[in-house]
Amino acid sequence: MDFTLSKEHEMARALFKEFAEKEVKPLAQEVDETEVFPRETVEKMAKLGFLGIPVPKEYGGQGCDPLTYAMCVEELSKVCGTTGVIVSAHTSLCCDPIMTYGTEEQKQKYLIPLAKGEKLGAFGLTEPGAGTDAQGQQTKAVLDGDEWVLNGSKCFITNGKEADVYVIFAITGMVEKRGRMSKEITAFIVEKGTPGFTFGTKEKKMGIRGSSTYELIFTDCRIPKDNMLGQQGKGFGIAMHTLDGGRIGIASQALGLAEGALETTIQYVKERKQFGRTIGAFQNTQFQLADMATKVQAAQMLVYKAAMAKATQKVYSVEAAMAKLYAAEVAMEVTTKAVQLHGGYGYIREYDVERMMRDAKITEIYEGTSEVQRMVISGALLK
Amino acid sequence: MKIVVCIKQVPDTKGGVKFNPDGTLDRGAMLTIMNPDDKAGLEAALRLKDQYGAEVTVVTMGLPKAEEVLREAMAMGADKGILVTDRVLGGADTWATSTTIAGAIRNLEYDLIITGRQAIDGDTAQVGPQISEHLDIPVISYAQNIKIEGDSVIVERQYEDRYHVVKAKMPCLITALSELNEPRYMTPGGIFDAYKQEITVWGRADLKDVDDANLGLKGSPTKIAKASDKVRKGAGEKVTLDPDESVSYIVDKLKVKHVI
Amino acid sequence: MNLEEYKGVYVFAQQVDNEISSIAFELLGKAKDLAKDLSTDVTAVLIGSGIKGLADQLAEYGADKVIVVDDPELKDYRTEPYAHALASVINQYKPEIMLVGATAIGRDLGPRVSARVATGLTADCTVLEIGDFPLQAVPGQEQLHNQLLMTRPAFGGNTIATIACPYNRPQMATVRAGVMQKIDPIKGAKAVVEEYNPGFTPDNKYVEILDIVKAVTETVDIMDAKILVSGGRGVGSPENFKILEELAEVLGGTVSCSRAVVDSGWKPKDLQVGQTGKTVRPNVYFAIGISGAIQHVAGMEESDIIVAINKDADAPIFDVADYGVVGDLNKIVPKLTAALKAEIAAAK
Repeated sequence: MDFTLSKEHEMARALFKEFAEKEVKPLAQEVDETEVFPRETVEKMAKLGFLGIPVPKEYGGQGCDPLTYAMCVEELSKVCGTTGVIVSAHTSLCCDPIMTYGTEEQKQKYLIPLAKGEKLGAFGLTEPGAGTDAQGQQTKAVLDGDEWVLNGSKCFITNGKEADVYVIFAITGMVEKRGRMSKEITAFIVEKGTPGFTFGTKEKKMGIRGSSTYELIFTDCRIPKDNMLGQQGKGFGIAMHTLDGGRIGIASQALGLAEGALETTIQYVKERKQFGRTIGAFQNTQFQLADMATKVQAAQMLVYKAAMAKATQKVYSVEAAMAKLYAAEVAMEVTTKAVQLHGGYGYIREYDVERMMRDAKITEIYEGTSEVQRMVISGALLK
Repeated sequence: MKIVVCIKQVPDTKGGVKFNPDGTLDRGAMLTIMNPDDKAGLEAALRLKDQYGAEVTVVTMGLPKAEEVLREAMAMGADKGILVTDRVLGGADTWATSTTIAGAIRNLEYDLIITGRQAIDGDTAQVGPQISEHLDIPVISYAQNIKIEGDSVIVERQYEDRYHVVKAKMPCLITALSELNEPRYMTPGGIFDAYKQEITVWGRADLKDVDDANLGLKGSPTKIAKASDKVRKGAGEKVTLDPDESVSYIVDKLKVKHVI
Repeated sequence: MNLEEYKGVYVFAQQVDNEISSIAFELLGKAKDLAKDLSTDVTAVLIGSGIKGLADQLAEYGADKVIVVDDPELKDYRTEPYAHALASVINQYKPEIMLVGATAIGRDLGPRVSARVATGLTADCTVLEIGDFPLQAVPGQEQLHNQLLMTRPAFGGNTIATIACPYNRPQMATVRAGVMQKIDPIKGAKAVVEEYNPGFTPDNKYVEILDIVKAVTETVDIMDAKILVSGGRGVGSPENFKILEELAEVLGGTVSCSRAVVDSGWKPKDLQVGQTGKTVRPNVYFAIGISGAIQHVAGMEESDIIVAINKDADAPIFDVADYGVVGDLNKIVPKLTAALKAEIAAAK
């Protein structure tokens, strides 16, 4: 078992780190404060291929492995949680299902511009009444001639109003499963600007405030028949499999937030003086930092292991769930401790750890709450 | 057009400086980066490649580890990488270094050679002009704004209070300032591709028309007599007073020192 | 190479637009010290077109002899004809020491010439002295005397190295502007003037100057200032430099700044003190709102008196300051200006 990264991965990390430090970090506070989507950063990332890292080159991507992609989200999130989730939602939740389930025509039409970053992607599964219970979907799609007609709404959608291409899930009928009638869910690709597709209110959030979280509304929205993604009725499986990948992205985001808070705190405790010495000289600080660093390291191992599993295994639900569960909880714990070690300054917006703590909370909630991750893991254990 | 860019792997001075017992730098013990002026030179070459079409070869001299900067250059868009490394080349001053690099470049076809103005470890700004002298071609130092016109290159050559617009026939050598441009980033895919490519490794035997007497520590005319961490002027007084007292304090001191 | 043949301390007397650069006088000042230690004389090498008349000025600043290379090809600085001129002088006259200013001209000419005459060159020296190499006798190695020991900073000012060129001649160095002291000019001094022309045959290496664009500078060169009032990021805004300008005006000084200020676009680059800016050594250096990064300190620590005002008691500037005041510059500087104005008025 080899725990060293390849030289390629090391260099890729150096690239992401340099980009994050130079291009992303200076805007992080402003993005949070003003809740403005960092469009310029997204354009810069598009130029460098950051929006298609795990997509094969023939589809406009960089042809790198999921680990490289995870490291990108990690490094971005170290300095800005918003930027991290923009890349994660775009790549894991929109590029990935089209790459996996799309027809060649769909890949040509949607995946290539997405991977090149000419278009931004989003994913719509959650509804007001269907969060953790994804089966509670209400949005319907009815085939009418050569078109599907969508009606319903999706909520809490990352990249909501900023995206160009959306992977949307809707009920296309009822089927009998094990003697019970259940909803038949199908996935679709919907383009921004399609008549009948509008946006609801923008959510005002605790953290990741620049990520453009919107409600999507479909009112007799007609999309071509060819925009069905995968087979009819296979939507639930597509959603679950997509979320397995998405969880690696969010786990990477959580990891980055924890690492960013830890690094910031290490710097701070070396400079901040109380009672005539740096607070880093106090054993409480030292022990807190030791615990934080150890947990961050453990989280990184789980995240990288899950990313490697995605590269080599067909099913990696448990690895992804463990990575996300643990990294998210570590992110919350480490950012909270970071604020505590900063004292009063940690509670002030001028200091990055304040934002990091708010950003961290969502990682325990979206793309499957920590409780859902525990269900996935225990489900596999007790199978 | 064929462009050769000379790059150097340098210690990141932010990471502190370490020495061997003989006073030469312990490069192995420090974190490294591509020298900033060289990176600007590479960017200039890549822009010429984008604009006019060119083959860009990067050359570096150093320890085997210096391969990393060649990979980085290739991940930015350079076509080929050549690493010049040999024990006998170690400890070289600028004269021996420029002799070595010129010996390597003699094996290559080139229209334009670009080097950085200076490296952040030595700050000498000598190797570029010296290479041009060994190769007997024109040099334009401190270049900004490089254009190609037929078989000539036109650049703005910076001085303290002016610039000259200078035209030189190729082949020639240009030294680039880091103010020249904002170097591009690598791309993730470019990094993985760069590691799939071959790097040419040359040793002493591959250098053309050079004399052993001009190589390495032995072939360096300049010798280090002493090297050390800089000894700084000691701290004087430091006072914390209210503004009015502070002002009287400074005025008194200036009077004592006969400044006023 | 018979090292004994090489005699005398030579200085490249840089001129631009037929006006001798200040660095040439500084080098002459140092060359005089070195020549004294070696019991030899000082020669200035003046290269250009129509520049013979400048020789007397060099004599006033310490040149015993002036070699003039005067040719139309040498009108504006170009590497090749100048390198040819200086290298020919070296080959003809065989100097023991050749000093060149570490200017945009000297840092191009120096290396090209050193490669041509096959000798070493030490760049950007801050200290030059005559001594032994090795510094201490080493068994089995001959200790050479009367060597030029060249000391220079490296690694962005983190280290200093002392370098010798024991087995090649001339011993060449480029020297930072503002470091060496010129002598008080000796009015009416004359030097032996010798004209020398090695012949100039243009070839590919004679590049063509299509245009010369001069930057407009309206400010005093901070390297010549006796009193510098230098501001850093702590000044807060370009507008707030006004309080520094007022202080400078009262003292007859000049405003300079740190790199952070230039990077923020508050002040032009030619006012920047430090590793990537200018090396200054005024009588008094006020560091106001400057934290004192190592790169900045490298450019001003030779100042006679350093006064620092900074609200951060831990700022590294206090490690080099003679007089450090911890406090708010916005409160202190205007009051200081007023107090000094009163003092100076009272003294008159």
